[in-house]
Amino acid sequence: MSDMHQLTGAYALDALDELERARFEQHLAECEDCRAEVAELRETAALLADTVATPPPASLRDSVLAGISQVRPLAPEVPPATPATATTVQPATRRPWVPLLVAAALALIVGVGAAVTQPWADDVPPPTAAERVLRAPDAEEVFLDLGDAGRATVVRSKAENRAVIVTEDMVSAPEGKDYELWFQTPDEAMVPAGLMKDDPDQTVVLDGPAAEAIAVGITVEPDGGSREPTTPPIALFDLTEAT
Amino acid sequence: MTDVDHVRPVPDGAPEGVPSGGTASTLSDLLHRAGLGDEQAFAEFYDATSARAYGLALRVVRNPAHAEEVTQEAYLDAWRSSTRYDPRRGSAAGWLLTIVHRKAVDRIRSVEAAIARDETWNRETDPVEQDQTSEAAHASLEAARVRGAVATLTDVQRQAVELTYFGGYTHTEVATLLDVPLGTAKTRIRDGLIRLRDLMGVSS
Repeated sequence: MSDMHQLTGAYALDALDELERARFEQHLAECEDCRAEVAELRETAALLADTVATPPPASLRDSVLAGISQVRPLAPEVPPATPATATTVQPATRRPWVPLLVAAALALIVGVGAAVTQPWADDVPPPTAAERVLRAPDAEEVFLDLGDAGRATVVRSKAENRAVIVTEDMVSAPEGKDYELWFQTPDEAMVPAGLMKDDPDQTVVLDGPAAEAIAVGITVEPDGGSREPTTPPIALFDLTEAT
Repeated sequence: MTDVDHVRPVPDGAPEGVPSGGTASTLSDLLHRAGLGDEQAFAEFYDATSARAYGLALRVVRNPAHAEEVTQEAYLDAWRSSTRYDPRRGSAAGWLLTIVHRKAVDRIRSVEAAIARDETWNRETDPVEQDQTSEAAHASLEAARVRGAVATLTDVQRQAVELTYFGGYTHTEVATLLDVPLGTAKTRIRDGLIRLRDLMGVSS
């Protein structure tokens, strides 16, 4: 049993912070014991709600029923018709409560891997925006080690007025969440700079001008991102100390 | 290891499990019918679970208006994802309350992110005193059974479980609040829950 296994209780009670949660969900995808234990502990935790049951105001029932009448239930999860790749799908042993994102992330990685073999065929393509920043003579960078959660480097070129973030082994954002990037301006405001993909190793050009920014932050936001950060940053790259 | 098929606690008074009489449906039946677009079935599901859902949300977020919003969002999510609910993975009530709890915790954490952290620490940290919402709690046999089980936890286990589940604190925050190492907080939370699980017969 790994140390991760000790986190089943805290996970079942939603007591992990976003990064820990993302990490643990990756572990869950691989650990059947933990999945079973989490399912049981969640059931157990739900019983605690019995002790605080309180009838809601009658108006809530009306709001809920009015709300659902305007939304269709999601399409069910349908097993793929034919096992095209024959490796992953085993509906009979479908895991309880496991984030679909892990599978989605894996699919994405496979897809990306397959795609990159192509571009080399042609002549050398013009540099991408990311390459221009990374190769800029005035490029300056800040590296952050996020421990088990991975590593990330922000590179900024004032001449290009752009910044790029490069991640290595970064854990996926938790289920239902996205990593959002931010520029911190000299007056300490946080300006949205785009969402990161669900990919452990990626290079992303931040949206917006970078020359004036004093820092770059990453926060965990609800899917689709937010206009301003709703959680403290999981990483803050101080560009005033960039080298 | 046990199979989640066996994880089927009987919720209080709710008609889960064997239908009583000819009219009552199980919660998972109701949810299944909701997935087919049956709003009446979902209304019945709401009636059978809303006291627990709202009570839990209220206990975590404390503000009644916020608790209503959280509860409404959770039911809307439950309606939308009713097609994805699989009774083999756990009870319908447990599934719903997991959604409610997650939303309640997200709510307080995002509210707090907007407030200076230092101020937040100053709010009351004693979970036991807040437990008196039980005045309104329905005095069902199941609730009494759960309270009985909770009472057998050691004080430190109960404190850790209540601070996380009802207080909505992370385990790191709980460790700080209780002034114990993180590993200790982790263990208390897990051991406390496992003891409750065994006492309540949630595992096979």
